[in-house]
Amino acid sequence: MNINFTLFSQAMAFAVFIWFTVKFVWPPLLRAIETRQKTIADGLAAGERGKHDLELASHRSADLVRDAKQRAADIITQAEKRAAEIVEEAKSSAKDEGDRILVGAKAEVEQEVFRARESLRQQVAELAVAGASKILRREVDANAHADLLTSIKAEL
Amino acid sequence: MASGTELTPTSYMSHHLTNLTSSLGDGAFWTLHVDTLVMSILLGIMSFGFLWWVVRGATSGVPGKRQAFVELAVEFIDEQVKSTFHGDRHAFVAPAALTVFVWVLMMNTMDLLPIDIMAKVYEMLGLHNWRSVPTTDINTTFALALSVWLLMIFFNVKVKGLGGWTHELVCTPFGKNPLLWPVNILFNLVEYVSKPLSHSLRLYGNIYAGEIIFLLIGMWAATGLAGTIFGTLLGAGWAIFHILIVTLQAFIFMMLTVVYLSMAHESH
Repeated sequence: MNINFTLFSQAMAFAVFIWFTVKFVWPPLLRAIETRQKTIADGLAAGERGKHDLELASHRSADLVRDAKQRAADIITQAEKRAAEIVEEAKSSAKDEGDRILVGAKAEVEQEVFRARESLRQQVAELAVAGASKILRREVDANAHADLLTSIKAEL
Repeated sequence: MASGTELTPTSYMSHHLTNLTSSLGDGAFWTLHVDTLVMSILLGIMSFGFLWWVVRGATSGVPGKRQAFVELAVEFIDEQVKSTFHGDRHAFVAPAALTVFVWVLMMNTMDLLPIDIMAKVYEMLGLHNWRSVPTTDINTTFALALSVWLLMIFFNVKVKGLGGWTHELVCTPFGKNPLLWPVNILFNLVEYVSKPLSHSLRLYGNIYAGEIIFLLIGMWAATGLAGTIFGTLLGAGWAIFHILIVTLQAFIFMMLTVVYLSMAHESH
């Protein structure tokens, strides 16, 4: 255990090794490690972002599906309502048409009745004149008694 | 072992604990522990060369197994430094901590090499005295601790300025009162002396003691076949336990380095 010049030579060797490590060993390795750490961090961030995007997209698609369902249901409801309306319209127009036909028929019947009564009245008057002329024979002149015949016709 | 003379426990121990020295000049100070220096520099070149080789081909994409291993080590150190040091750790403190940890760990791990087989190998290479573990040489641990200590002072001055650091030495931890100045200075002096001492001696003591125990266990082989088998089992057990010590001491040394440098950056 004697201190001698070895101490200084060892110290010099130590200094050289420290210098070498500081200069040539540490920085490149540190750079490599830090670059890799950055790459990994970026990758993780990208993964996180992707997950987030996926979540957003699935939310959006769920919204779209819900919207579409809602609209389909609305359309069906409207269509049902429209169908009911059409049926109602058809019913009421058919009823109107029927009423109109009925009224027309009634009027025609009345007219027919009136005409039949007129002709009947005419025929009764003629029958009365024929009867009277048969009874009266020559004494009665159709032309001379036209006034009388007209008044009788009016009374019928 | 190959000394030719009779092998006694003392000569066995001292053989394993003698450095290969080279004299650079007059006096005990100007000697160099060649084995310590060569082993530590070799290990440093191997480990930092490996790191450099891996890092040069580092990709920011999917890393290979080699790169993943290095990144594991680097991120482990970085995590430790981050929890202690609050500043731009990438500029100096974290890579310095990596250097300390890797280098000390490699040097400590040499303790797990089987001492007597390695002695034979070195003998074949013509190296009679050759210690494999640089951290069992107090020069190594002191060199590291004193370098950290100098860095500590450097960062103290750099971050707080010479005035700020002086103020801290004089006025902390007890207070600004001039009557307390001597106490503060004494306290800080003790702290600045004890830091490198405890820092270096902790590592040195643990690894040196580990080596001594390996040597003591190795001496069982001198008692015959049964002793050899017993010594083998003991040695294996101690080696497995020593894996923990080797790593733990490297970690503690690294953590203390980080803590000292962090304290230098923070003003009170």
